[in-house]
Amino acid sequence: MLSDVLSDALRRQGRIMVSTEQQLDVDYPAGERAAIDSLRAQIAKLERELSGIVAAGFPHVSGAAVSERRSSPRLLSLGELEEIRDRLVQRVHNAQCRTGSRAEFERRSRALLERMKLEPGRYKFVRLPAADVGEAGCGVYQVRPRLGIVGMLAGWWELKLSSGCPLGWGPRASVAPGGGFKSERAHAFAWP
Amino acid sequence: MAAAGVAEGWCAPEVREAFPGLRLVLAETPPAPAGWLSGASPAGVRERLRALSDRWSGAQAVMVRRQAIPAAYRVFFRHIGLDPDVQRTPLERAVLERLMDGGFVSRGLLHDVLLLALVDTSVPVWALDADALDGPLGVRLSQEGEPLGQGGDAPGLAAGQLVVADASAAVAVLFGEPSPMHAATTRTRRVALFALQVEGVPAMHVEEALWSCHTRLEWAAQ
Repeated sequence: MLSDVLSDALRRQGRIMVSTEQQLDVDYPAGERAAIDSLRAQIAKLERELSGIVAAGFPHVSGAAVSERRSSPRLLSLGELEEIRDRLVQRVHNAQCRTGSRAEFERRSRALLERMKLEPGRYKFVRLPAADVGEAGCGVYQVRPRLGIVGMLAGWWELKLSSGCPLGWGPRASVAPGGGFKSERAHAFAWP
Repeated sequence: MAAAGVAEGWCAPEVREAFPGLRLVLAETPPAPAGWLSGASPAGVRERLRALSDRWSGAQAVMVRRQAIPAAYRVFFRHIGLDPDVQRTPLERAVLERLMDGGFVSRGLLHDVLLLALVDTSVPVWALDADALDGPLGVRLSQEGEPLGQGGDAPGLAAGQLVVADASAAVAVLFGEPSPMHAATTRTRRVALFALQVEGVPAMHVEEALWSCHTRLEWAAQ
């Protein structure tokens, strides 16, 4: 067909044929340039988004991909930029999922803390790190007997928050009221 | 080049076309007696490092990626095929080392001066031996097998790598350490400083980084 031959000839010259009456000049390098600029803008946006998620989710959310290899600085082709964009989309998605599951974990931890406050007798010696409820620091909530052995016998339980981060010279061996080492009953779930 | 002034290096056309916002900014110290870079840093420089150490905590090391200038370098890293979570940007690497070492550790005048400029302005600066350079510096693409530096034992580069080069050789891969032949050492008399300005980094910060290095080196030389 004449139109096919004409179309091929125009394409080789950097022009495409829209119809036999109308021709549209297309500058292929300029088009590629625009595509590269668009991909770079997308990469920049994704990078900022990923940085925001990682910074907000620190230390529970990481933006690093385990399999990434070291590389050399170079001019990237359209295909390579697309690949980077796609990997970043995946990493942003993974980081968002991680943030979501962390938020759910903290919500469940806060619910547990509420129950420990309301009914400490049901959660004897249960320990809940303050970090698990989204609080800063090294404090740990623990249900303990009031007045030691007396409280244990009388059923007087209370929720206490430990004083904070361990001292520089390391932790002290703690001994439970009965003489053995303190029970380290984990609470019902753990952050992976 | 003026004593405390900065100049702009050249960019190969293909690099300029790909990254219109990329600038190589240069400064040079006046000649000083040989050996002036050896020995410990002046007390003022060490004191400044200590003061800066106190300003950086673990959380800030993560938050730094959200600041405008470090974020601009992270984006540029992505644009040139580097992953800033694998090959860290200079500021993030310095802050991470500060956390590992417990402070910004003094490792000699030149190292300390470059580190101070980096931490103060977020702009990385590299130092070369000005007497080892052949003409002004610029950014271009490497040729296949081209040596980094000169001499028989210089490592070969792959084609198309972004390098900082003078008229006769590639002196450093972009954001990498300079070749041993061109790097400033204790024998260096004149230091050529260069910084990379990428899109999103104000020129003022780049010039301040170079000015900071230049001024501190000039004081030390006196």
